[in-house]
Amino acid sequence: MQQTFEIVVIGGGPAGIAAAVAASQSSKRVAVLDDNPRVGGQIWRGGPGLAQPKAAARWFYQLETANVRVFNGARVIHADASARTLQAETTREIFPIGYQNLILATGARELFLPFPGWTLPNVMGAGGFQALVKSGLPIAGKRVVVAGTGPLLLAVAAYLCDHGANVARICEQASSSSLAAFALRMLAFPGKLREALSLRYKSRFAKYATQSWPVSAHGKISLESITISESGRLREIPCDYLACAFHLIPNTELPRMLGCHLNQEAFVETDELQQTLHQGIYCAGEPTGIGGVELSTIEGRIAGHAAANDKRAAAKLFPARARYRKLAAAMKQAFRLRPELATLAKPDTFLCRCEDVTLHQVRQHNSWKSAKLHTRCGMGPCQGRICGAAANFLFGWNIESARPPVFPARCESLAAISSLTSSLTTETEPPQFHGGFQ
Amino acid sequence: MTGLTGTADVLIAGAGIVGAACAWELAKAHLRVAVVDQSFPASGATGAAMGHIVVMDDSEAQFALTRYSQTLWDELRDDLPANVEFDRCGTIWVATDEAELAEVRRKSAYYCERAVPTEILDSAALQNAEPSLLAPLAGGLLVPGDSVVYPAAAAAYFLERAAALGAKLHLGKRITKLGQGTTRLEDGTTLEAGKLINASGQLAAKLTPGIQVKPRKGHLVITDRYPGTVHHQLVELGYLKSAHSVATDSVAFNVQPRKTSQLLIGSSRQYGVEHDKVEPVILSRMLQRAFEYIPKLRALSAIRVWTGFRPATPDKLPLIGPCLEDPTLYLATGHEGLGITTSLATAKLMAAQILNSAPKIPMEPYLPSRQMVADVHA
Ligand SMILES: Cc1cc2nc3c(=O)[nH]c(=O)nc-3n(C[C@H](O)[C@H](O)[C@H](O)COP(=O)(O)OP(=O)(O)OC[C@H]3O[C@@H](n4cnc5c(N)ncnc54)[C@H](O)[C@@H]3O)c2cc1C
Ligand SMILES: Cc1cc2nc3c(=O)[nH]c(=O)nc-3n(C[C@H](O)[C@H](O)[C@H](O)COP(=O)(O)OP(=O)(O)OC[C@H]3O[C@@H](n4cnc5c(N)ncnc54)[C@H](O)[C@@H]3O)c2cc1C
Repeated sequence: MQQTFEIVVIGGGPAGIAAAVAASQSSKRVAVLDDNPRVGGQIWRGGPGLAQPKAAARWFYQLETANVRVFNGARVIHADASARTLQAETTREIFPIGYQNLILATGARELFLPFPGWTLPNVMGAGGFQALVKSGLPIAGKRVVVAGTGPLLLAVAAYLCDHGANVARICEQASSSSLAAFALRMLAFPGKLREALSLRYKSRFAKYATQSWPVSAHGKISLESITISESGRLREIPCDYLACAFHLIPNTELPRMLGCHLNQEAFVETDELQQTLHQGIYCAGEPTGIGGVELSTIEGRIAGHAAANDKRAAAKLFPARARYRKLAAAMKQAFRLRPELATLAKPDTFLCRCEDVTLHQVRQHNSWKSAKLHTRCGMGPCQGRICGAAANFLFGWNIESARPPVFPARCESLAAISSLTSSLTTETEPPQFHGGFQ
Repeated sequence: MTGLTGTADVLIAGAGIVGAACAWELAKAHLRVAVVDQSFPASGATGAAMGHIVVMDDSEAQFALTRYSQTLWDELRDDLPANVEFDRCGTIWVATDEAELAEVRRKSAYYCERAVPTEILDSAALQNAEPSLLAPLAGGLLVPGDSVVYPAAAAAYFLERAAALGAKLHLGKRITKLGQGTTRLEDGTTLEAGKLINASGQLAAKLTPGIQVKPRKGHLVITDRYPGTVHHQLVELGYLKSAHSVATDSVAFNVQPRKTSQLLIGSSRQYGVEHDKVEPVILSRMLQRAFEYIPKLRALSAIRVWTGFRPATPDKLPLIGPCLEDPTLYLATGHEGLGITTSLATAKLMAAQILNSAPKIPMEPYLPSRQMVADVHA
């Protein structure tokens, strides 16, 4: 039996939680689907069970007490805008969910940039690494370097220090002058500034280097040391782990599958109510622009109210959103990736780690499609999420259209995505089978 | 581009596997060859195909072309680079009941008469050869000489060989007009050549209006890596159930083991659909059909789904040869679901016609001037 909700939210990160809570203030039936075991998204991963920031605890409480049906461990693998249905897969089943209004809060993932040695064990994405530590990876006493760009470096470093890691260095690729300019803009956000200072206090024993980025990682079986470029000089640092994050890139596969329009910077385009060009489909949080947790929750609330047809409540939040969008713009400016980062990979460095495809192989082509078809780059289980984004940064190649499944899915789940569509079509004839054709 | 004018003996429209094979063959004959494609090599049907090199017997002419081409692939085998993933894994035609077993025997006799090795598998032998298949099934026919390739890499290799012999590649150039020794490109340039070959696949009728080539859509699914799940290309033998199917959409069980240990699951065919979107209903039917044969496919992880368009003709045979109204124009298209297999033979026949040499097999059945009779199995 298909369940239908008046408002369905995809993604249980800050944006999705806020959207669901806001939407539930109407009397509408609301559901949230998220593919993790607990809600929380990137930043509050692990959900209510873990020690979380105050804001998180408040949102978790509101979600628990709201009239919202939460589907954990449910990954949306297909969405059909005309039938207004989604197909969600869990480890045990696949089920359709019908909706009247949809809120896409699918968040973002880290951008990985290839450099020699980046595929060595223990070189990890900062978020993924933090998630591993949250789920029990012992880190006490381990030497860790955190590298990349943006405020999340500090957040990750602070978290790791809190858990007893010996963070040897925080390598920020941005220059000290752009950081200084950013700090000035932060003065208008005392809360954020306080947060940053507290994160820095927690990670005070780690050297924070600007204009600094990984050049290569070394190790026989797994990571032993990395070479960084720091203000123009090379330096080798022994370490057990390297946590890397070159900022975030939006998860727009599902919005694209639904036909939502992307703007020039490849973010989902929305109106002031967070509605996409598709009537009844809203988008909130990182897919509309990388802005951090506050902006995500504000956008989520606006989308939730708007989807529940409470435009007044939505409009009240416009000024707050405008304020945080300014911060997001400043952040984008300050942490813009420097062009040198596109030159780190050597010809024999893997660009695609699923299929072991080197930079040299990929460089022979002049489009993502051609590279993919002829080198197998992006054909592995990550579906090109990692190397496709890197290729976009290195070569400016466009991403391709999104097709089902949004994530790898069991064949039986894929076979089930037609369940609703088929009952709507007139095709009732039994299938006729043929042999022997390709 | 300007340097090209008047310098090519043959201009080939389309850098799919057919155009690529023709380019190589003609370059080998010391002709000055130019290949033009609107996109990149293998961006059409070739890039979407399964790459089963298979001998087929729907008609005598189909058998002759597929068999000839299969031997050409075998001859090339040692020269193919690793990324072409040539794998002589063989085909097993799977029979589910007595009627299909009778078809196995007929097919075996037919192949045997024509010197194609086969082996009839009884139920136990089939299970032994392919333990993942539902058991018990009636049996099957093993054709050990069939193979599998990665079509895009094969096409790229043919083009690379052609280029090494002097062929010129013009990629990202869409042709708007082809005929009377002239090729007009979208950017306004014209290219002249003594002979033109329309090898533009399912789009061929756009360049040569009036020819009977229509797109026939297909879906494919690729799984993650599952070593040892399937060993041969497995195809159902459902002919007997397919008698009246000319117009309807259809699906068939067709599973291919890739050298990467991935499985490619097919297949579907549809007429009259022009958009390349994945269609859940047909995808679902196709997968359900595959589950009936290999139940454990259900639990395997599917990474990606895509579609492609086969260039289909009414009688299921390609168009290879001169286009009568225009003495400079030749066709090499309409290979439907067998173009990867028959690309090499097509190139040989095309070269024989252009160079006026004797072909290895009779080429009349493929001449565009033939009378076409719709094939009942189409
Ligand atoms: C390591 C790290 C540290 C950070 N630190 C800070 C910080 O200190 N301060 C700050 O302001 N910001 C920080 N950020 C950024 C912050 O995480 C994001 O701004 C915030 O999480 C965005 O919220 P969101 O709801 O838009 O997306 P997300 O938190 O990414 O949530 C999206 C959710 O949707 C789920 N999802 C996506 N697609 C599907 C699907 N098809 N089916 C089901 N579920 C799906 C995802 O799994 C995820 O749970 C950090 C980010 C990272 C990675
Ligand atoms: C799902 C599927 C599975 C298949 N499986 C098999 C199989 O297992 N075995 C097998 O033998 N065959 C198989 N086939 C069939 C095979 O793919 C085709 O028969 C073959 O690829 C046709 O090759 P082609 O070169 O004629 O066409 P294409 O590969 O389509 O090449 C035509 C080229 O022409 C170019 N072009 C078109 N119009 C213009 C223009 N106006 N200007 C410039 N360039 C132009 C296109 O860009 C394209 O690159 C399959 C097909 C599909 C769709």
